[in-house]
Amino acid sequence: MGEDGFFDGFLGTTDVFLTAIWQTLFMALVSIVAAGLIGLALGIALYATRPGNLFGNRLVFGVLGFVVNLVRPIPFIIFLAAIGPLQRAVVGSTIGTNAVTFAISLAAAFAVSRIVEQSLVGVDPGVVEAARAVGASRTAILFTVVVPEGLGPLVLGYTFIFVGIVDMSAQAGLVGGGGLGDYAITYGSQRYDWGIVYVSVAAIVVIVQVGQLIGNRIARGVLRR
Amino acid sequence: MSTLVSLENVSKRYDRRDGTSVAAVDDVSLEVREGEVLAVIGYSGAGKSTLVRLVNALERPTSGTVRVGGQDLTALSERELRQARSRIGMIFQQFNLFRSRTVAGNVAYPLRVAGVAKAQREARTAELLDFVGLLDRAHAHPEQLSGGQKQRVGIARALATNPPLLLADEATSALDPDTTAEVLSLLRRVNTELGVTIVVITHEMDAVRLVADRVAVMEAGRVVEVGDVYDVFSDPQTPAAQRFVRSATHDRPSAGTLARLRTHHPGRLVSVRITDEPKIQQLIDAAFRDTGTSAELVYGGVSEIRERRTGSLTYELGGTGVDAALAALRSAGVHAEEEV
Ligand SMILES: Nc1ncnc2c1ncn2[C@@H]1O[C@H](COP(=O)(O)OP(=O)(O)OP(=O)(O)O)[C@@H](O)[C@H]1O
Ligand SMILES: [Mg+2]
Repeated sequence: MGEDGFFDGFLGTTDVFLTAIWQTLFMALVSIVAAGLIGLALGIALYATRPGNLFGNRLVFGVLGFVVNLVRPIPFIIFLAAIGPLQRAVVGSTIGTNAVTFAISLAAAFAVSRIVEQSLVGVDPGVVEAARAVGASRTAILFTVVVPEGLGPLVLGYTFIFVGIVDMSAQAGLVGGGGLGDYAITYGSQRYDWGIVYVSVAAIVVIVQVGQLIGNRIARGVLRR
Repeated sequence: MSTLVSLENVSKRYDRRDGTSVAAVDDVSLEVREGEVLAVIGYSGAGKSTLVRLVNALERPTSGTVRVGGQDLTALSERELRQARSRIGMIFQQFNLFRSRTVAGNVAYPLRVAGVAKAQREARTAELLDFVGLLDRAHAHPEQLSGGQKQRVGIARALATNPPLLLADEATSALDPDTTAEVLSLLRRVNTELGVTIVVITHEMDAVRLVADRVAVMEAGRVVEVGDVYDVFSDPQTPAAQRFVRSATHDRPSAGTLARLRTHHPGRLVSVRITDEPKIQQLIDAAFRDTGTSAELVYGGVSEIRERRTGSLTYELGGTGVDAALAALRSAGVHAEEEV
């Protein structure tokens, strides 16, 4: 690069950079919503079917717990490779932003389910008892007492997951998923253009910080503290 | 007076991990009369909580029948049970308020469950909050309230559906003495002004003294004694009731206290039961005077239960006429017992 400025590489590829930001945001936002919903359902199921809880069922709880424990520790990059057939069946491809978003949503859903379960387990059994005592049905207790009571910590958990999702989206570059990680590798480190790498890092940091800020705001609103 | 709750030979056993089982409630037969306040007392682990949880069917008995308002709860389906529960209010030691709801939201919850329309819900909620003196805190959140206020919200929530029966499990045990008195007087009002039958579980003397009409003493899963509060506290019949009453009223010296008293009171120690018999003091004085017995008051206490005097005074007696004094007391109908 000789006499050129540190950020010349970046300034020459701003269109790619903007597209990458958009792709990262798309992957992160779609994934957090999709994983949030799937994970919420899975987490509620884990909580509810735990033996002794509202819908205690040893078999269902055991199977769900086994699947979650099996999938969750798999490193994302290996998970990405492993779910190729599923991606092809659902998204029609194993590469590209959509395929990666699908993979992230699924991987994150398992992590979310444990966080949801933890938040719900933390709900005071006394309030469940109080709801039972006024004659509420089990379903009503689950959705009108347990979930609202566990919501505050839940939002904080989602914020935590958001960071993980941005991290996963950065690995998307390896399968042509695009995004800031892809940009940082193909335009940055592979060409020894550290200006591009640092700009990418800064952009990721900003995205994560803003995500956390919003999450904390919502959590504070929900917890009313 | 008709019977609101009746337990017939009710037992509740819990399985332990080691394969054995424990009877939390053991063959209990007990009636709660309509309009009364019944206190259930006993040491920790006696089975008091389990007993009330059987009454609103939060637990099903292992054997026996539980009837509330003539309805056999053990014969009901889950759906019918939910309806039955909405006719029984319950308050808790830790209040168990919904933190995700406002004060008004907490009180309205049972009405929401019962499918009451919004306008009626709001009217009833306001009425209840007014009754417990918290109308101005309707939009506050539970964590912004003091313990006493939280329990008042708990009471309002428990009464939302107009239940004829209220169960209170250690409802004042987490409160300081002043707040306890305030909550107890509210419970008394719930009973007298609204006509709600109340079962209070407690180990606090004040709770019994201030609100209960009758008391049931539990020990190791069994109800060992039932009677009017005054009778049970002034003259407990069973060893379990005697132990509990002594430790709750503190007017008879414990074994440790007795040993200490003897170190500086070498004479014979006699405890005289104080009842609301008129002029009991004069009867005691006369018995001592007429037999030439010297008496020194060394321990005791006198208080009121349901506005009737009760207590015990322990004297150190000296002289040759002590046995005659004891005989004189007994023939005058005064219960006197030598501490051994
Ligand atoms: N769900 C349960 N599983 C197993 N054992 C239980 C259960 N609930 C209560 N027990 C046992 O039953 C007995 C009575 O318990 P219970 O809670 O009714 O006593 P309690 O009189 O209310 O005591 P406390 O004053 O401490 O509240 C205890 O030995 C307790 O360990
Ligand atoms: Mg208890």
